[in-house]
Amino acid sequence: MPHPCPAVDDVVAELVARFGPLETSVFRGQTRVELRPADTSDALRLLKDRGFDLLVDVTCVDYLEYKGAKHRYGLVYLLANTVTNQRLTVRAYLDDPDPSIRSVVPLWEGANWLEREVWDLFGIRFEGHPDLRRLVMPEEFTAHPLRKDYPLQGRGERHNFPVITRDHS
Amino acid sequence: MAVNGSSKLELPENVFVSKLDELASWCRKNSLWPMPFATACCGIELMATGASKHDLARFGAEVFRFSPRQCDLMIVAGRVVMKMLPVLQRIWQQMHEPKWCISMGACASTGGVFDTYAVVQGIDRFIPVDMYVPGCPPRPEQLIQAIIDLQDKIQREGTITGREFDTAGRQARKRALVEITSPLSIDASRNPVLQRELAAAAEAIGPRT
Repeated sequence: MPHPCPAVDDVVAELVARFGPLETSVFRGQTRVELRPADTSDALRLLKDRGFDLLVDVTCVDYLEYKGAKHRYGLVYLLANTVTNQRLTVRAYLDDPDPSIRSVVPLWEGANWLEREVWDLFGIRFEGHPDLRRLVMPEEFTAHPLRKDYPLQGRGERHNFPVITRDHS
Repeated sequence: MAVNGSSKLELPENVFVSKLDELASWCRKNSLWPMPFATACCGIELMATGASKHDLARFGAEVFRFSPRQCDLMIVAGRVVMKMLPVLQRIWQQMHEPKWCISMGACASTGGVFDTYAVVQGIDRFIPVDMYVPGCPPRPEQLIQAIIDLQDKIQREGTITGREFDTAGRQARKRALVEITSPLSIDASRNPVLQRELAAAAEAIGPRT
């Protein structure tokens, strides 16, 4: 029976023991772990059992044309331990076409809207998500605007409305 | 009123003659009821305009109503995103005639610094606007000036039947010069996706005989 709130290093060691060698780094006292996309769901469940019970955020980075990047998308899970105030960053890298990963809504209900936002803005599909609709953009929007290959001024969507003149109203 | 022997009109001192149009406009301009469509920092200045220091009540326009059906002046204060625009248009259509619109601030008028995919680049692309207030955000004095100018406009152009809004008649001569071939109200010229769909639809229909 492991300690209910083991140290971050011990948790990382347990992750390595279970999922094989992982890339880890420490920045200003906070640990980051890179996981394979297929392992993230199980790994996050293990981390939740080991005390990282708060999912602070799910977000994404598009590494298109980023110097030295090997993958297109970096999915980031920010976890926190509400007892010891430790934090842990979990990353998983995804690629085109069809970047997708298992949803963590079964683990944290709060991931629902976070994953919807990532789907909306980056087009990462979350398999098993109960309601994967757009969150911030209008429902009829087709693009994923935070991708780096999406033009800042859009593809004409913002001009695509009926014009109401004095005669119509 | 009395008519004397030389068929000259004599009016008592407290009576004066005007046109019905001018009387209606005079009533309307002095009792504008604003609809505050406040989405950003301009909304704060809009509230300040209504508050005691600047006191919009001096110009008869202090009765902010949050139902468009009770308003005749829409003040769009702040940026309008593309998800909000259908709401804005619907609120505008729910307001009763005669109605006017003030575009307050740089964002509402032009999109301001937010030249991005999500922000509408000026509400006048999609709804009619009577007055533009420059500024980021404009001071309450500027908004009051715009309301005074709008009052002038109402007094000068207003008619009791709202003929000044009959832009169809006014625009007809201009439109005659440009033949509109597409019945679509959506502007497809800047949307490649829509253009592709239109081309596909035209192909499916076949050449016109």
